[in-house]
Amino acid sequence: MIELQQIEKRFSTRTTGDAVRALDGIDLTINAGEIFGIIGRSGAGKSTLLRVINMLERPTAGRVLVDGVDMARLNATDLRAARRHIGMIFQHFNLLSSRTVFANVALPLQLAGTPRAQIGARVAALLDLVGLTALRDRYPAELSGGQKQRVGIARALASGPKVLLCDEATSALDPETTRAILRLLADINAKLGLTIVLITHEMPVIREICHRVAVIEAGRIIEQGTVFDIFTRSESPITRSFIDQVMGRALPEHLQRLLRDQPQDGDQTVLRITFTGNTATDPVISMLSRTLGVDLNILHGQIDYIRDEPFGILVVATRADPSQRTAIEQFLTRNQLGLEVLGYVAANPVIAV
Amino acid sequence: MSPQILSLLFDSLLQTLWMVAVSGVLGTVIGTPIGLLLATTGRGELLQCWTFNRIGGVIINATRSTPFIILVVAIIPFTRLITGTSIGTNAAIVPLTVAAAPFIARIVEAAIRAVEPGLIEAAQAMGATPLQIIGRVLLPEALPAIVLGLTLAAVSLVGYSAMVGAVGGGGLGDLGIRYGYQRFLPDVMAAVVIVLILLVQLIQSLGEAIARRVNKRQITR
Ligand SMILES: Nc1ncnc2c1ncn2[C@@H]1O[C@H](COP(=O)(O)OP(=O)(O)OP(=O)(O)O)[C@@H](O)[C@H]1O
Ligand SMILES: [Mg+2]
Repeated sequence: MIELQQIEKRFSTRTTGDAVRALDGIDLTINAGEIFGIIGRSGAGKSTLLRVINMLERPTAGRVLVDGVDMARLNATDLRAARRHIGMIFQHFNLLSSRTVFANVALPLQLAGTPRAQIGARVAALLDLVGLTALRDRYPAELSGGQKQRVGIARALASGPKVLLCDEATSALDPETTRAILRLLADINAKLGLTIVLITHEMPVIREICHRVAVIEAGRIIEQGTVFDIFTRSESPITRSFIDQVMGRALPEHLQRLLRDQPQDGDQTVLRITFTGNTATDPVISMLSRTLGVDLNILHGQIDYIRDEPFGILVVATRADPSQRTAIEQFLTRNQLGLEVLGYVAANPVIAV
Repeated sequence: MSPQILSLLFDSLLQTLWMVAVSGVLGTVIGTPIGLLLATTGRGELLQCWTFNRIGGVIINATRSTPFIILVVAIIPFTRLITGTSIGTNAAIVPLTVAAAPFIARIVEAAIRAVEPGLIEAAQAMGATPLQIIGRVLLPEALPAIVLGLTLAAVSLVGYSAMVGAVGGGGLGDLGIRYGYQRFLPDVMAAVVIVLILLVQLIQSLGEAIARRVNKRQITR
């Protein structure tokens, strides 16, 4: 649906004349009907990347294909027509303060020259979809953030687009409202088969609704894949720092303090076991103890679901000797679980706290 | 105060109102499109046209930096060309309009530039043409600021209109100078000043009330 080929975007700054390379060779393919997330730190180039898709920002090199059409080669009239098939929603909503909810949603239809009678029916249906029918005559100043974003979504959908671009659509909202808006987007994606491209710096947003995700850093895509794969298999430090927003892979601080790199006499070994997919529900710990006869002391654990697939970590301490440890490792690998030695702690570490 | 003076005061008030109203309307009609173009023809803007932006800006600055009384005299040939005379209330409307239009153009320009760029971007993303953006986004969003700016212009015009007495324009200012100052009638002077104060108050309150009504950012139901 959307294909970005070798996209490069340079901004020349007015003061120094130096070029800022906001995008640096982006290759990305976004399939029809999927919710594609782009995550990155502030200044990574997310907004620029999104705005390149509808030519609000013209790339200095590379090709942008939307539905097979090379966007950069369209003339002004054709570009306007193409933009009607690409809805966009914004972090700060960008609603017209001078128009009511109804009139804001009607705007794209008026711009496209839709007859009045049709506008009324279409806007009513859209307001129903986003749950704002009762507020149709209010002005944006009289709405909450979540309600404003619903207006933004209805407005973006008005011209019946095939693609919806979301620039930090939930960053100005509280967690609960964020979840409601994300649910709405997921609903729309399912109901209308719309392709959604969503940029964010918040991993929970990606986990909540995205199918696939790309991580962008300094204008380059450093990693991409299904959300589950990125969550469970990524080793890139930048990606991990985002994942840590959701999954506490980092140890609780008091445990971190007790860890040492070299074992001392009578120390226990601290292991981190990662579960993914099907294995997450297996009774691993009891199986380990039973088959290998080792005792495992659970220090820390978390289990989470990504699009209904479980995924978790477990930090355990064990007195196992090296040969037993090899056995544990083999057992875990056989069961497709991840294992990492984190360090060593004195016997009974938890009690020490 | 004699009934004669009172009737003179009333006539002068009408003359002032007439001059301010006509030059205000003409100034708005001429100034608004110029202000719109100034705000949208800059570098990287909707109707990018650098030459217009530069030349328009220079002409406006030149007009605005000329002291009003000099402007009145300087454009007498132009005034005569348009109204057939260079004295009287109608003739005074010409320099008042020439002074008001650039002022209003700058007011409109500032109001349009204050519209959040995000709104322009949203409209562009919807496939709006530059004219649609101006008509459906910029003007309605800038309206409260424009109304307040026009109020300011009207108040300034009341002040300017007092000066056109110098070319026989009539009006309250003229009355004040001729009777209050030259014939030393302090009560006439006081009456003129009081009427002017009331007039300015009225214009200001009216303008603010309209601006409040069209401003949907702060809703008062
Ligand atoms: N118009 C511009 N002129 C010059 N530099 C720009 C311009 N727009 C963006 N940049 C630069 O390009 C880089 C990427 O900016 P971008 O807005 O895409 O980041 P972002 O990932 O969206 O960040 P944030 O999360 O803070 O919104 C930044 O270094 C920024 O300073
Ligand atoms: Mg951004």
